[in-house]
Amino acid sequence: MTFHRPTFRHPELPPNDAGYHRQDYEGGISTLCAGCGHDSICNAIIQACFELALPPHRIVKMSGIGCSSKSPAYFLGRSHGFNTVHGRMPSVATGANMANRDLVYLGVSGDGDTASIGMGQFMHAVRRNLDMLYIVMNNGCYGLTKGQYSATADKGSKGKKGRINELESIDLCELAIQLGAGFVARSFSGDKQQLVPLIKAGLMHKGLSFIDVISPCVTFNNNPGSTKSYHWVREHSEATNTFDLVPFQQTITTEYDGDTVQDVALHDDTVIHLHKHHDAPDITDRRQAIDNLEDHKAQDVILTGVLYINPNSADTHELLHTCERPLNSLTEDDLCPGGPALEAINAAHR
Amino acid sequence: MKPTDIEDPEYFHKVIDCQFACPAHTPVPEYIRLISEKRYTDAYMVNWVANVFPGVLGRVCDRPCEPACRRGRVEKEPVAICRLKRLCADNRDFGLVARFPVVPSEKNGKRIALIGAGPASLTVARDLMPLGYTIDLYDEQAKGGGFMRSQLPSFRLPEPVLATEVNYILDMGVQTHFNRRIESMKALLAEGHNAVFIGTGAPRGRDLSDLPGRKEANQWIHIGIDWLAGVIFGHVSSIGKRVLVIGGGNTAMDCCRTARRLGGTSVRVMVRGPRAKMKAAPWEIEDAIGEDIPIVDNHVPLEFVVEHGRLVGMRFAKVGVGSETGGEEPVFFPCDEVLLAVGQLNAFPWIEPDAGIRFDRQGLPELDPRTLQSSLPQVFFGGDAAFGPRNIITAVAHGHQAAISIDLFCRGLSPLDRPAPQVNLAGQKMGVHDWLYHNQVTATERQAMPVRTKTKTLKDRLLEVELGFDQQVGQTESLRCLNCDVQTVFRADLCIECDACVDVCPESCINFVDNGTEEELRARLRAPAENLAQSLYLAGLTPSGKIMVKDENVCLHCSLCAERCPTSAWDMQKFLYLSAQAGQL
Repeated sequence: MTFHRPTFRHPELPPNDAGYHRQDYEGGISTLCAGCGHDSICNAIIQACFELALPPHRIVKMSGIGCSSKSPAYFLGRSHGFNTVHGRMPSVATGANMANRDLVYLGVSGDGDTASIGMGQFMHAVRRNLDMLYIVMNNGCYGLTKGQYSATADKGSKGKKGRINELESIDLCELAIQLGAGFVARSFSGDKQQLVPLIKAGLMHKGLSFIDVISPCVTFNNNPGSTKSYHWVREHSEATNTFDLVPFQQTITTEYDGDTVQDVALHDDTVIHLHKHHDAPDITDRRQAIDNLEDHKAQDVILTGVLYINPNSADTHELLHTCERPLNSLTEDDLCPGGPALEAINAAHR
Repeated sequence: MKPTDIEDPEYFHKVIDCQFACPAHTPVPEYIRLISEKRYTDAYMVNWVANVFPGVLGRVCDRPCEPACRRGRVEKEPVAICRLKRLCADNRDFGLVARFPVVPSEKNGKRIALIGAGPASLTVARDLMPLGYTIDLYDEQAKGGGFMRSQLPSFRLPEPVLATEVNYILDMGVQTHFNRRIESMKALLAEGHNAVFIGTGAPRGRDLSDLPGRKEANQWIHIGIDWLAGVIFGHVSSIGKRVLVIGGGNTAMDCCRTARRLGGTSVRVMVRGPRAKMKAAPWEIEDAIGEDIPIVDNHVPLEFVVEHGRLVGMRFAKVGVGSETGGEEPVFFPCDEVLLAVGQLNAFPWIEPDAGIRFDRQGLPELDPRTLQSSLPQVFFGGDAAFGPRNIITAVAHGHQAAISIDLFCRGLSPLDRPAPQVNLAGQKMGVHDWLYHNQVTATERQAMPVRTKTKTLKDRLLEVELGFDQQVGQTESLRCLNCDVQTVFRADLCIECDACVDVCPESCINFVDNGTEEELRARLRAPAENLAQSLYLAGLTPSGKIMVKDENVCLHCSLCAERCPTSAWDMQKFLYLSAQAGQL
C-alpha cells in the first residue's frame, strides 16, 4: 500500500551545463490527485530549472495554502522553501528578496490563494515589481474543499454538479499588466512545449514575471461545460506567438515561415526572439496587450504565450535604491560606519 | 511507424527479456515472484514444466537470461536468476511428484526410440510419456544424464541432484536400455519404431594432433571431456603437480578446477585469444581464478616439449594485438600433464551413409531448424547432436520442439504446423496504490553466493563449492526482479493527455509526440532510445492527434504510470507466456 518512486533514472540522460542531473531538481512524490494539472506544472518547473542549469541551492520556492501551494514539496527538493500562511506568499517573498537579492525567487500560488484571500498581497507585489517568478496554478475551483468556484472561474462555466457560475471572473493577467508587472504570460499545464520556455524566460526576467497557468482540476473541474477542463482548453486556446529564449546572445537556428521576429532583450543580454504573425499586436505595448486579451475573450478563446513584456522594467531594489549587496551580508561595520560618517551626514544637512 | 500490435503474443514476450533469451522460454519473473512469496514448490513446478531440470540448471546453466536481464541495464548487475532457481529446487517439497502429469496406463501403440540419455532425449521422454507413447531409451552409460553426468564435476553438480531429476522422468515408465551402445542405425530402424530421436551430443573432444611432440607425449596429454568422465567414473584419481589446460571454454574451466582437486598445485589455463573473447562464462572464469588458477591469454600452442622420453612442458607463441604471431621468441611453460579442452565435435560413426540421413560438410545432420526433422522423416535430432555443441538449456528446448514434431508426425499431421504458445493477460489492479504484484523497485544490489572455503573444497572433489542462497537472502534477491512480465498496457481512447504518466515515469520512457519513422522517432524522445534491440511501444491516436511512444528499454514496470493515470488509460497486466508443448493444439 505504500507508495514511492524508484530511485533509478534513465542511465543515458546527460547532465546540464552546471553538471547537475534532472534528478537533482526533483522533489518528493506527488500526493495530488492522479492527473492533476499541478503535477505537470511542477515538472515544467523542474525541466526549466534543469535546462537553465540553475544551481538548486540558489533557488527559493515560496508558496501559500492550497493544492497549488503544497506542490513545492514535489519539485526542487534541494532548494530553499517557505510555505507561508494563506495568501501571504508575496509579502514573505518580498522580505526574503530584500534580505538576499542574489537568489532566484519562485512563488507558487493558486487561484484562491492569489485572487481571493491574497489579492491585496498579490497586487502590491506586482506594483513593486518584485524580482521573482510568480506562478498561479489556476484551476478555477477550490479543490481542497470539494471544488467550489474560485474568483477566476469564468462566468457561465459549469461545475461538476451542473451549476453555472454567475459571477464575473478575475483575469489575473490583465491585472498584472495594469499594475506594472514586467513580464506577463499565460499557459496551459498540458502544453509543456510552451510552458517550459515561458518559465525559463520568467526566471531570467528581472522584475515580477507573472505566469497564469490553466491547470485542470481532474477531480472537481474537468467535466463537460467547464472552461478549465483539459478538453475545453485544448479546443479553445490560441498562442500569441512562439519564441526562443536565447541566453546571453547565443545564435539562434530556428526559422518560422511567414513570421516576423521581434527581439526583446532582458537585463542580462538574454534575448527573447518572438515569432508572430505580421498583424499581431505589439506585446511591449500595455494597451495593445490588454485589448488583445479582451478581443480573444470575446471570441471564447484563451490567449496563451507571452502576453506582455516591459523591456525597461525596474524592479523593487532599483525603485527603492537599495544597495547592491544582499542586506543579509551587511556587517556591523557597513551598518554603523562610525562617527566621521555621521559627521559627514550631519554636515550635509547644515 | 505503425501502432504496436499487442495482440501478437511475441510482442510482450520480447519485453520479458529473460524469458525471451531463455531457449526454453522459462517464465522467469513468474517463478521469481513465487520464490519471493516463499512458494518454492510452485516455483519449482513452473521451472520443471519449462526446463525439466531446475535443480541441475540452477547450478550449471549457461544463464543466457542473466546478460539479457533488464536490471543489468538499469542498475549494475542482473538478478541472480540461476541461483534463485536453485533456491526453489533446494527448498521444494519432495512430495511434488504427485503434481506430475499422469502417465496413461493404456498406451497409444506408438513406440519411440531415444538414442542417448542426455537432457534432450530426457525432455522428449518427459513430454511424450503423458501422451501415451512407449519410449525406449538407449545409452552406453550405466545411468541416465548424458554429459550432465559424465562431464560436469561434482563440486558444481552433486550426483544426487542430477539423479533425482533424471529419475523423475525415468520413473514415468521409460524403458531404459543402459550400457547398450547403438552400433547401427539401420539395425535400429529395422526394429520398427514409429520415430527415432537422436540426442547423442557432441561426444568427441577436439585434439591438437598436428602439434610436434603430440605422439611422443601422448601418455601425459588428455582430452578434456574424456578426462573429466574418467574422473567422475573413478578411472582417474590423480594428476601431475604442474598442469596446463589448453582452451578457453567452460570445459577448460571444469578441467582446471578438477585438476586442482586431484593434486595439481600449479594449474594454468592457456588461451589462444584475448581474455575478453573467452567462451567460458565470466562467473566460471572468476571461480577458476579464485582457486589460484592463472588465465594466460593470447598464447597459441606451438609444441609439446619431450625430453628424455618425458613431457617437460609446452612452447607457445605469444600473440600481439592485431597480429597472429608477434614475432617474439616462443614462450616455454613447464608442465607434467596437459588437458586439451579446445572444442567438441559431433560424431555419428554408427549411422551408415546409406541409412537415408543426409549430413552437411561439417558432419552435422541436415535438419529443418523448426521441426528438427532430418531427411529421413521419422528421424529427429536434438541437443548438441543437432547443430553442434551448445548447452543444457538449448538441449531441453530442442527436446520440447522435437517432442512436438514427433507427436504431430505420429498422428499423421505436418510437423510444420506448430501449436501456438499459451498466453494470458491479467489486470493487476487491486485498489488505490494496491497491486497484485510487488511493484516497489528495491535498490538492493545483487546478493553474493555463499561458498565453502577453498581449503575444504580443494581437498574433496565431491564437495559442492556453492552453498546456495538461504531463504532470506533468496527473498531479498527475488525482490530485485523488475516484474517485466507485468506489462504496461495503454488505451489511447481513454487518455485525456494530462501528462501525469510522462511526469511521473522515473525512467522518462513515455512520450506523447507526432508520429514518424522509427529511426526519426527514436531521435526525438525524452530520453535517448539507442538500444535498437528494445522495441518502441506505439499506441494512438490520442484526442489531440498525438501518439504515445514508450521505449521499453529501461522501463521498471513500477506501475507509476498506471498509478497516476486518472482514467485508467494505463493498466498493468500480467502476461504469462507458456511455450507450446507436445499434445497441445
